[in-house]
Amino acid sequence: MAQVQKNFGSHKALKGVDLEVREGEFFTLLGPSGCGKTTLLRIIAGLELPDSGHVFLGGRDITRLPAAKRQVNTVFQSYALFPHLNTFENVAFGLKARQTENSEVRRRVGEKLEMMSLGGLERRYPHQLSGGQKQRVALARALVNEPDILLLDEPMSALDAHLRAQVQEELRRLQRELKQTFILVTHDQDEAMVVSDRLAVMRDGLVEQVGEPREVYSKPRNQFVAEFLGAANIIAARRDGGRVMTSLGSFDLSAAPQWDEGRLAIRPERILLGQAPAGDPNWIQAKVSEAIYRGQSLDVWLAPAQGPADDYRLRVRTQSKEPLRPGDQVSLFFPPEDLVALDHA
Amino acid sequence: MTPGQNQPPEKQTPAHGGPPLMKPSPGEEPGPGLVTWYGGIHRQRDLRLKGSALLGPGLAWLLIFLAIPCSGLVILSFARRGDFGDIHWIWNLDNYKRLLGYGLFGWTPDHLIILGRSLLVGLVSTLICILLAYPLTFYIATRPPKTRNWLLLLLVVPFWTNVVVRTYGWLLVLSPQLPPARIAAFFGFIETGAPLFPGSFATYLGLVSTFLPFMALPLYSSLERLDWELLEAARDLYASRWQVFTQAILPQTRPGLTVGVIVTFIPAMAMFVVTDLLGGARYMLIGNLIQNQFSTSRDWPFGAALCLALMALTMIGLMLYRRWGDPRDKNEKSGGAAP
Repeated sequence: MAQVQKNFGSHKALKGVDLEVREGEFFTLLGPSGCGKTTLLRIIAGLELPDSGHVFLGGRDITRLPAAKRQVNTVFQSYALFPHLNTFENVAFGLKARQTENSEVRRRVGEKLEMMSLGGLERRYPHQLSGGQKQRVALARALVNEPDILLLDEPMSALDAHLRAQVQEELRRLQRELKQTFILVTHDQDEAMVVSDRLAVMRDGLVEQVGEPREVYSKPRNQFVAEFLGAANIIAARRDGGRVMTSLGSFDLSAAPQWDEGRLAIRPERILLGQAPAGDPNWIQAKVSEAIYRGQSLDVWLAPAQGPADDYRLRVRTQSKEPLRPGDQVSLFFPPEDLVALDHA
Repeated sequence: MTPGQNQPPEKQTPAHGGPPLMKPSPGEEPGPGLVTWYGGIHRQRDLRLKGSALLGPGLAWLLIFLAIPCSGLVILSFARRGDFGDIHWIWNLDNYKRLLGYGLFGWTPDHLIILGRSLLVGLVSTLICILLAYPLTFYIATRPPKTRNWLLLLLVVPFWTNVVVRTYGWLLVLSPQLPPARIAAFFGFIETGAPLFPGSFATYLGLVSTFLPFMALPLYSSLERLDWELLEAARDLYASRWQVFTQAILPQTRPGLTVGVIVTFIPAMAMFVVTDLLGGARYMLIGNLIQNQFSTSRDWPFGAALCLALMALTMIGLMLYRRWGDPRDKNEKSGGAAP
């Protein structure tokens, strides 16, 4: 069991972070730029010292252990391949620095190059490789050392969108096969959803929520998480007995809110379009103001019959095959289990 | 994972395996303005006319100030000194024989020793400069930008003073009355009341202090653009401090180091002012010897032969350095330019 825990204060980059990453899982640190996720990664790598707090690896305190003595390897954002070394020498770097026997180096490097489909490129120098190839060399260079944790610092940011989607799936498959612990840093929520077993959403040096992608997406703890992980409709609300009153109407929730006054969130694809008499619980009337056809779905902006402001729009994503035109009147259903009461933070 | 299987063909680099032959970068291409002003070069004739017009001044400079004087030296070196320091145009190899030690009184190694000593002094002072310049420039390059400029200014300030004046300054500093000589005397390195010159210590002090900026400035320009992520990658891959230096810092700073070595080694080999004042009689270097031939001895032909010997020696030194340099240097340089 690899336990990584951290708390530290003083420095503003990270204001006391507690995290536990389990052995063999694909964990993602997700957040906007400047949230401290890269700093956290560098602390795990040993490239930065925390001002306070501790890092544990498998029960051992490694906070002050230099990077060169940690069984942790990193895939850097710009890959940081040694320009004067060819592919083979780059991948062999870590093994050679640890005085591994030559035959062993050849065997293990060959194995990893094979695994990464880099066979035949051994003699190429980094500047003779494409972006995707460089990335695979960087991965091979880290993995060949069989680290306890593989750290990935936004490794996909330099690839074009098409290649990125592919690499994400491959990275996930690779991690499943190797059963090694991977920690990825990214600001791309789709990427985090695709690859992670669990993820941590970070903001301003704090962890906002940790959990499986499904859980964090469908039950965001607060407005930041709700809006950072995909789109969300946010509605101000007030508790009234067993129900919740909003300017749109009153709603039943499957999980009652902890507060008397706060906010609700619902994902655009969870709101259902249909026909029902006005006044039924969780049904409201609205008028289509804009409909955007996106191929796999139809995004509709709706003006509710009564709302907090004249320009308040609800966002609904539907699979409806019927065309919707601006001005059409529709009824909307808010399923009680999909309405999430948000914390104030 | 098998990343290659269902992947679009990635952009391939040239099949010859070497770096791309031509690598146009945004900075290299002449802007349309320049082409309009100067006219494009499309035909062989344009190239000959307009190209030579551009090359002309540089070539003329080299011809007048390098090729002609050097040819003069070569011719002169085969002539003979007259009795009154004049030049007799009698072609012979006497100067070179004398250089190798064959004189009126049989063979002596004197001149060869001076040549060897010059080579050694040049190499050692270059080496000391490298050892001092790395930590110095590393320190400067890691300061905040404003501090950096101040420190660089301090490094360059000595340039504003003539080397003769600076060397006399050292004579003063090393004089018997001042702390350096007193401390040295206290520990028994020199006799009490003696100055710290002449000698090898004073010579190297003078040479290193003169040439350190020549080494430090080009090295700084390389260190300033250092890719720190490579250092971190090396640390991450278990490299020791020494390995971080040889694998991550040295390859990145080699262009600056090369320039530094060239601009330090060549003048250090030929330096005569510093060695004259601080080295004393024991430290006769080839620079002093040449100076003597052209001034006191008035033996210009022999002086010319010595000059050529010095040039040859310098070339050998630089060739050795190139040999030591990584044979994959070219790969490296084009690699550094890749995005």
